[in-house]
Amino acid sequence: MSATSQDNVIKLADLVGRPAAKPEPFVLSDAEKHEIEHELTHFPDGRAASIEALKIVQKHRGWVPDGALEPIARMIGIGAAELEGVATFYSLIYRQPVGRHVIKVCDSITCFLVGYDEIKATLERTLGIGYGQTTADGRFTLLPICCIGACDKGPALMIDDDLHTDLTPQNVVGLLEAYP
Amino acid sequence: MATIHVDGKQYEVNGAENLLEACLNLGLDIPYFCWHPALGSVGACRQCAVKAFRDENDKQGRIVMSCMTPASNGTFISIDDEEAKQFREAIVEFLMTNHPHDCPVCEEGGHCHLQDMTVMTGHHSRSYRFDKRTHLNQDLGPFIGHEMNRCISCYRCVRYYKDYAGGTDLGVYGAAANVYFGRPEDGTLESEFSGNLTEVCPTGVFTDKTHSERYNRKWDMQYAPSICESCAVGCNLSPGERYGEIRRVENRYHGELNGYFLCDRGRFGYGYTNRKDRPRQPLVAGEVVTRETAIAAATAALKGKKVLGIGSPRASLEANYALRGLVGAEAFHDGHALGDAALVQLALAIVRDGPVRASTISEIEGADAVLVLGEDPTATAPRFALAIRQAARGKGKALAAEKKLAEWQTIALADLLQRDSYPVFIASVDTTRLDDIARATHRAAPEDLARLGYAIAHAIDASAPAVSGLDAATAELAQTIATALASAKRPLVVSGTGAGSPAVLQAAANVAWALKAKNDATGLALSLPEANSFGTALLGGASLEAALTQIESGAVDTLVVLENDLYRRAPQARVEAALARLKHLIVIDHQATPTAARAQVVLPAATVFEGDGTLVNYEGRAQRFFQVFDPTYYDNKIGLTESWRWLADLEARSAWKILDDVTAACAQALPALAGIVAAAPGAAFRIDGLKVAREPHRYSGRTAMRANQSVHEPRQPQDPDTALSFSMEGYNGTGSLDRPPELTPYAWSPGWNSPSAWNKFQQEIGGSLRGGDPGKQLFAAGAGKPYFGEVPAAFAPRGDAYRVLALHLHFGGDELSSRAEPIVKRASPAFVAISRADAVKSGVNGHATLAIDGAQLRLPTYISDTLPAGTIGLPAGFAGVPFFVHGALATVSGG
Ligand code: SF4
Ligand code: SF4
Ligand code: FES
Ligand code: FES
Repeated sequence: MSATSQDNVIKLADLVGRPAAKPEPFVLSDAEKHEIEHELTHFPDGRAASIEALKIVQKHRGWVPDGALEPIARMIGIGAAELEGVATFYSLIYRQPVGRHVIKVCDSITCFLVGYDEIKATLERTLGIGYGQTTADGRFTLLPICCIGACDKGPALMIDDDLHTDLTPQNVVGLLEAYP
Repeated sequence: MATIHVDGKQYEVNGAENLLEACLNLGLDIPYFCWHPALGSVGACRQCAVKAFRDENDKQGRIVMSCMTPASNGTFISIDDEEAKQFREAIVEFLMTNHPHDCPVCEEGGHCHLQDMTVMTGHHSRSYRFDKRTHLNQDLGPFIGHEMNRCISCYRCVRYYKDYAGGTDLGVYGAAANVYFGRPEDGTLESEFSGNLTEVCPTGVFTDKTHSERYNRKWDMQYAPSICESCAVGCNLSPGERYGEIRRVENRYHGELNGYFLCDRGRFGYGYTNRKDRPRQPLVAGEVVTRETAIAAATAALKGKKVLGIGSPRASLEANYALRGLVGAEAFHDGHALGDAALVQLALAIVRDGPVRASTISEIEGADAVLVLGEDPTATAPRFALAIRQAARGKGKALAAEKKLAEWQTIALADLLQRDSYPVFIASVDTTRLDDIARATHRAAPEDLARLGYAIAHAIDASAPAVSGLDAATAELAQTIATALASAKRPLVVSGTGAGSPAVLQAAANVAWALKAKNDATGLALSLPEANSFGTALLGGASLEAALTQIESGAVDTLVVLENDLYRRAPQARVEAALARLKHLIVIDHQATPTAARAQVVLPAATVFEGDGTLVNYEGRAQRFFQVFDPTYYDNKIGLTESWRWLADLEARSAWKILDDVTAACAQALPALAGIVAAAPGAAFRIDGLKVAREPHRYSGRTAMRANQSVHEPRQPQDPDTALSFSMEGYNGTGSLDRPPELTPYAWSPGWNSPSAWNKFQQEIGGSLRGGDPGKQLFAAGAGKPYFGEVPAAFAPRGDAYRVLALHLHFGGDELSSRAEPIVKRASPAFVAISRADAVKSGVNGHATLAIDGAQLRLPTYISDTLPAGTIGLPAGFAGVPFFVHGALATVSGG
């Protein structure tokens, strides 16, 4: 029988038939911990900091690995299941590794009407990947996104935090050059 | 009260409910998924749509969700409205676009709320032609199967598991058309109440895994109204049998006790009855013999001999009473473990004679301040624990009332409540599984827990005895708890025999009585060692200690042990020495226990599923359990019968022909038990001349199921003992108001095949059953009782030995359920707990060797940061942990 932590402490109540806890290889960095702790001071109930805490880890690592959920949840004072509920609800919290740059193509109604299909097809052809995939060189990940508020200038997309509008199959390829 | 108008008819309703509940109460069916009587409304599924009108002149109306709309005065709605009907059918059709239509291979089929509702809406053919979304399933442990493709996203599972039961390892992931309900990763569900998911989920996502390997449709099993034997709460069960095996246990609704929910020990612990190693034929000197030979051998061992009888708190009153008849009242011994009998007698005196009667489970749910003294209720009386969680959450209702919000607005209630709750204080020897809802916890040895209790009582009522020499922190805690309890509207004290300490029970009683003097709504709930602890205590036998002393003196020739394993009741060396002094040992039991292995004569007894009888629970409620099936129908070599029948035969008592004769004799002989006859209708009861059918009317294959033995179908077994028939012939309806609630074997009503059918048996939804909740309260209102005054001295650790404390765990400590395979899988291995400082002091690391009550054992250790210094904790009743008496001392060494 193994105990939950190195110093062999286990709460009896935790023993209720649970399989022995696995050692936890994942450790949050000091910077991450520090930022999450700071975020927690803003709210009376730590739960309110869930999204920010996930964003902090994503900022440092590019995505939120499985192992991060338990330690983040513990800091916040909720269960990992509840935090995973938040993490998977928001499509911009990445639960898989993404490329250096994330292309988010608007697939909502206005862009649909003004040529979204061609933009999507061009990107897929140029990059050789579909939605949810990352190029082999780890440079781009391609994702759809809901209306980004640029309907008057559609079709539109975002690369990382930059908005690009009035796209055509011609100009969209050139855009990529700015993202090495 | 409010008047509502439904499809042109006028009805009176109570005005506090939502329209869905109000209509169901009126017997008007509206299909629904996400609403549940115990979970409230969230408006997630849109299935319960009806048309609402502004007034009687409004002909247009608008679609509303009935579960989200109050049934207030002057409401006009239509269920039959064409547009509403189309809307509801469309909703089911939408839900079905992703549902796999796999009813033929789905274990939910035949008792599925989704099937019932789909039929109710009239949706019968699909137009969706595209791919369905699919999910991977998880391994959720030995109890629950997972098949996520069947999910309709009603959110009932997470609302039950997380919000109601306080579980943290089941969640909902994703968004929109892609949501997933499960654990963060594969693994056993941690909650001790996970089994209720199988009934809460309206589809086949969560199903009973223990049933999978021996599966039958609900309509193909035989049922009886039964009682759980895994603790003294006495939850009502509906066990299903086929081919001579119990195949599943489901909840049998009881408005005051279990409600809609059981614990996992009660639901999944039935396997002991199916064990292959059970004695099923009489044995004499280890050889299978006929019934006559066995009785002759036993009679020879009894005749003219000095005989003692040891009864059992896990056997029925009738069985215990029959043993008492055989051996005589003076030679009858209560079968509780050493030390427990006195505790149970004390608990009995507190609950029966004191001014505060035992609270029902629903009363526990209504408490607004709770003190738990000396117990981990999740282990010792699990259903208490689930109820205490509702008490804590109950503050949401009070906050809602202030804001004029209805109680069923669950989301609004949770938003109001956030992390607030009614106060729950837990004082126990070590951590408990309720600590997550505790306002404050306190860990101490039993004496010190008692001292805390005495101090709380004194702080509430100065005439209760005071405690001297309390340290400042404990005194302050006592004051805090006293203030919270005294200012509550419905304060509750929970305690019991779990700490093995009379002082703890007395202190708990003092707190309750001090509160009662100020507040009539004070509650008290005491957990007891076993299912029929109060029943055996009321029979008034002498203690096991007395029996052993007599046997040890050599004055006893023959010992008759009824459904009891003495090795679980006294230290092994003592049991062995005592048994060696006997000339004859007769054991009547349904399990192959070490005690039975020592017997010359073993008479195979019926389990709770194979016989009938009466149990008395922690409230003093006498409840009858009924035989589910007749094992001899499938195998005529089986020679087991109810223990009382063996005992009546040994005594050649021809007057006891049926159970009612024994129950009546017992009630007559013991005034305290006079009420037990009324616990359920007797064998002569009929509805319109019919017995009540144990089998659903669709039961199939009856003529074929014995064909492997003989193609001639024998007559169905007859049941002289009860008003139930072993057949689908008999009364099967729900409509008759003459149907006593004690005689409902399973939940079914036309169009309602799932556990939701219980709604058709209730006076009002989620309330009492029609005809009153089952059982007969044996205790009259108690009188005033003087406070207990023996405040114990504080616990002082000894230098040379450790005080052994019993640690109770939900799985593995209860005798019968821990003989069931899935429970064994779920239980942790035996261990010894020791405080950090003591571990260092005694050089314990990893393993410890203990000497206790003359036994030596080596166990893995757990270092506890909360266990009091000078004590060690051992899991009570565990395989690999020998019996120890309360307060035993142990020496501990490392390695
Ligand atoms: S798993 Fe069952 S209870 Fe949970 S949301 Fe799906 S259908 Fe509802
Ligand atoms: S063990 Fe106790 S709480 Fe659990 S189902 Fe049985 S009677 Fe109820
Ligand atoms: S629809 Fe594309 S930006 Fe609004
Ligand atoms: S039951 Fe009313 S919306 Fe689900």
